[in-house]
Order: sequence, then structure tokens, then C-alpha cells
Amino acid sequence: MNSLGTYLFIAAALFVIGVFGLLQRRSLIGMLIAIELMLNGASLNFMAFNRFLGPDPVIGQVYTLFIMGFAAAETAIALSIIIALFRRIRSINIEQARELRG
Amino acid sequence: MTPLQELVDPGLLAQAAFAVIVVFTFTGALIAVLPRNILYNVLGLILCLTGIAGLFLYLGSPFIALMELLIYVGAICISIVFAIMLSRPLHLSLPKRHLPKVLGAGAVALAVFGVLAIIIFRTPWHAAFVRGNDWSITSIGAYMLTRYSLVFEVMSVVLLVAILGAILITSTGGRRAP
Repeated sequence: MNSLGTYLFIAAALFVIGVFGLLQRRSLIGMLIAIELMLNGASLNFMAFNRFLGPDPVIGQVYTLFIMGFAAAETAIALSIIIALFRRIRSINIEQARELRG
Repeated sequence: MTPLQELVDPGLLAQAAFAVIVVFTFTGALIAVLPRNILYNVLGLILCLTGIAGLFLYLGSPFIALMELLIYVGAICISIVFAIMLSRPLHLSLPKRHLPKVLGAGAVALAVFGVLAIIIFRTPWHAAFVRGNDWSITSIGAYMLTRYSLVFEVMSVVLLVAILGAILITSTGGRRAP
């Protein structure tokens, strides 16, 4: 509970579950959820290093806040792209999104 | 000592709570990835993110735990729920799983985990020589407005551009969608 390795392993497992989901899903929203899992693994890593190794406790927390802010921006953009794509092809299956022409 | 502390050892209680949180996190992560019903995925993601907020509490930062609940669970998961209405109707039969794809994804994930585990084991982690212990929210705010003010501004601009871009992409330009 109070060692760096525990948290690193939890973060690595979360990241790997995210990788698995990203590769396996065909629904775009499912892939977005997997990306959120990977981002959370990364921020858990930052917080663990911040708690056990880092010189200043503020820095890791600020980094984690930035990751959350960018995750929010990424989700907003991704969801709007998904909605626009759904209007065009009536599906959110990634295998049916085949053309780039606007 | 309070009566509860006489009954149960606080350290043991903390470890039990930690185990429960870790189990919640992994259960949520697996639910977020494995079922094909997208609603279950989002509910699993909410469970997982709540568990991660608990882990942030154990890592000594109640502020980040609150932000995790506020931003991830409160904003991101709910906006994903809004987008779920685009998913296929839940009463239709789901498409079959593509077994080679799932196996390949599992193999790649296991390989990545193996590499990460080797890195975690092999690296000799050294703590910094001088370590501060100022975990207060006040100092976070002071850093964000002094030393990290540029990154703070950039993040604000990125969020603004993201909002505008989202509105632009989803708007139909005044006409109805076909």
C-alpha cells in the first residue's frame, strides 16, 4: 500500500487494459473510453512518482491537473467528431468510416 | 483513542480499504473494456475513475481526487453518456466478436505489460535529495499563477479552441442534417 512499485503496477495494468480495449473495440465511443483509461494510468504514474520520489509535491499535482484539462478538451473534440461522423455514415463503427472526402 | 480505533487497528483498516479500492478500479476497468453494451462500458468507466480518485487520496492529494471526480466522472463520463444515444439501439442483436482481433489485442496488451513490468522491476528508483512536504492547495494555486502561468494560459486557450471546434464541427451550418 505504501510503496512505489504497487502504484506503478496498478498504473501499468490500467494502461494495458486501455491498450487492449483500444485495439479490440470497433465502436468509436468504446475506443474513447479506452483512451480515458490510458490517460488515467499515466496520471496515476505522475502522482505516484510525485508522492515517493519527486522533489516538490506541487509539481506532480499540477501535471495531473493539466492532463485532466487536456483530457477534457480531447473528449469534447472526439465526441463532436463522432457526432459529425454519425451524421454522415449513420454509424459509429470504425470499420465503416472509410472515406476522407468531406 | 476512540472506540473504533480500539476495535480495529487503523493500519489494517487502511490496507483493507486500499484493497477494496484496487478491486473496484480493476473491476471498473474490465467492465469498461469487455462488454459490448456501451452503457455498461461507461458505468464501468465511472466505477474505475472513482477508484482512481480513492488511489489519489492514498497518494496524499485530496485536491486531485476531488478534481478527478469533478472533471472525469462529472464532466467527461456524462458527456460520453450524451453521445451514447448515437450507439446502436440496445435491443438489436450485437455483432459477433472477431476472435483473432481480440486474441491479437490481448497478445499486444500482454507484451506491453511485460515490458512495463520489466522496466518497473529493473529500474533503481532514487528519491530526490531534497524533498518538500508542502501538499496544501494554496501552494498549488500559487504555482499555477506564477511558475506555471504560461502552461495554465495555454491550457485555457486549448479548452476554448476545443469548445469552439466542437461547436463548429457539430453545427450543420444553419441547414438541417440530411
